[in-house]
Amino acid sequence: MLEGFRKAYREEISQNGKEIIQQLIMNAEIAREERIPICQDTGFTVVFVELGQDVRIVGGDFYEAINEGVRRGYKEGYLRKSIVSHPLERKNTGDNTPAVIHTKIVPGDNLRLIVAPKGGGSENMSALKMLKPSEGVEGVKKFVVDVVKNAGPNPCPPVIVGVGIGGTFEKAAQLSKEALLRRLGEKSKYPDIARLEDELFDEINRLGIGPQGLGGKTTALAVHIEIYAAHIASLPVAVNINCHAARHKEAVL
Amino acid sequence: MNRISLTTPLTSDVVEKLRIGQQVSLNGIIYTGRDAAHKRLIELIEQGKELPFELKGQVIYYVGPSPARPGRVIGAAGPTTSGRMDRYTPKLYALGLKATIGKGRRAPEVIDAIRQYKGVYLAAVGGAAALIARSVKSAEVIAFPELGPEAVYRLVVEDFPAIVVNDTLGGDLYDESIKAYSAIL
Repeated sequence: MLEGFRKAYREEISQNGKEIIQQLIMNAEIAREERIPICQDTGFTVVFVELGQDVRIVGGDFYEAINEGVRRGYKEGYLRKSIVSHPLERKNTGDNTPAVIHTKIVPGDNLRLIVAPKGGGSENMSALKMLKPSEGVEGVKKFVVDVVKNAGPNPCPPVIVGVGIGGTFEKAAQLSKEALLRRLGEKSKYPDIARLEDELFDEINRLGIGPQGLGGKTTALAVHIEIYAAHIASLPVAVNINCHAARHKEAVL
Repeated sequence: MNRISLTTPLTSDVVEKLRIGQQVSLNGIIYTGRDAAHKRLIELIEQGKELPFELKGQVIYYVGPSPARPGRVIGAAGPTTSGRMDRYTPKLYALGLKATIGKGRRAPEVIDAIRQYKGVYLAAVGGAAALIARSVKSAEVIAFPELGPEAVYRLVVEDFPAIVVNDTLGGDLYDESIKAYSAIL
């Protein structure tokens, strides 16, 4: 991320924008020194599990073990407890559980956990649309750019834009979140999609939103797209926005 | 950079002189409040009950801080998205609140209330939460402790950095900045 900030600092033309990026760099340094979070919103704990098919988990409930990890991590790390148990009653669970857990069975005998806490402000600016196949790539581009434009200053730009194209309604949403896990600025392995990432990146950074929406060139630090097969009738597009505080940690057991 | 120093509580005279794009630094007492606390405050007002703090001249900072490590005043304490408080905000300005601090756009009703009741909306840098925490000198929960991070804290701040986004003339810094830069990019 710091590398991304430094590059953005060099390229930013707005004085306000430059100053904000400078503050974000300082913020990261203070956070490291003082061991406090870079952002107070330490997120909904999203955990991607890749479970090797030769692994057998014994001695307890695996998902409960993950939640226990969240409970301890948020307590011992002095992280904010941001989860309410019921979306309408809205009572804080007090320990940031439950996590959102996505599990995939993969070949091999490893258990890989990717923890990606997700802040609410940028999540709220995310959107999904079922396009008509005839709208094609132009329709996809228009939707993605519109989502970022409408989000404006709210999701704490500079943002990382995760896009999922294809699959079903929920598959597209999940792809867009997985797109955010990629290392900043790493390109899609498909040449046409990598090109689309570049085109969207340029178009988004011409919107003028800039750091914190106070004008400038640096609206997005990256656009990452993941794709999947689609139904003959459908062209789902999901846009998941991440603020500049993109935090991931991975462990292989 | 030239920052305008403001000391709370604020008066209409001081607030009326502020213009969008000006950098300010706040000193004195400010109160925290976000979604759940706002809901409670409005319920108290509707029931004609006393509020946990006097609104007149005061400043509400939209933040739910992370817990303080032992020996620290506060954890990370950056702004949350202001738009979620829009439903509740005009009423609070009408009752004498002078400033709100957050990030992101306000609804037209809030911008109108700011003009009508002589208030101001300030933005702090979203995600600069460790940096902002340095300007918090003391923090004390004064209401709704059961809300956890959403409780109302009384903060004493020194040189708390923010920028004027909506002023008494009805200006909007986001609109103007984005328009200016989209035209040249």
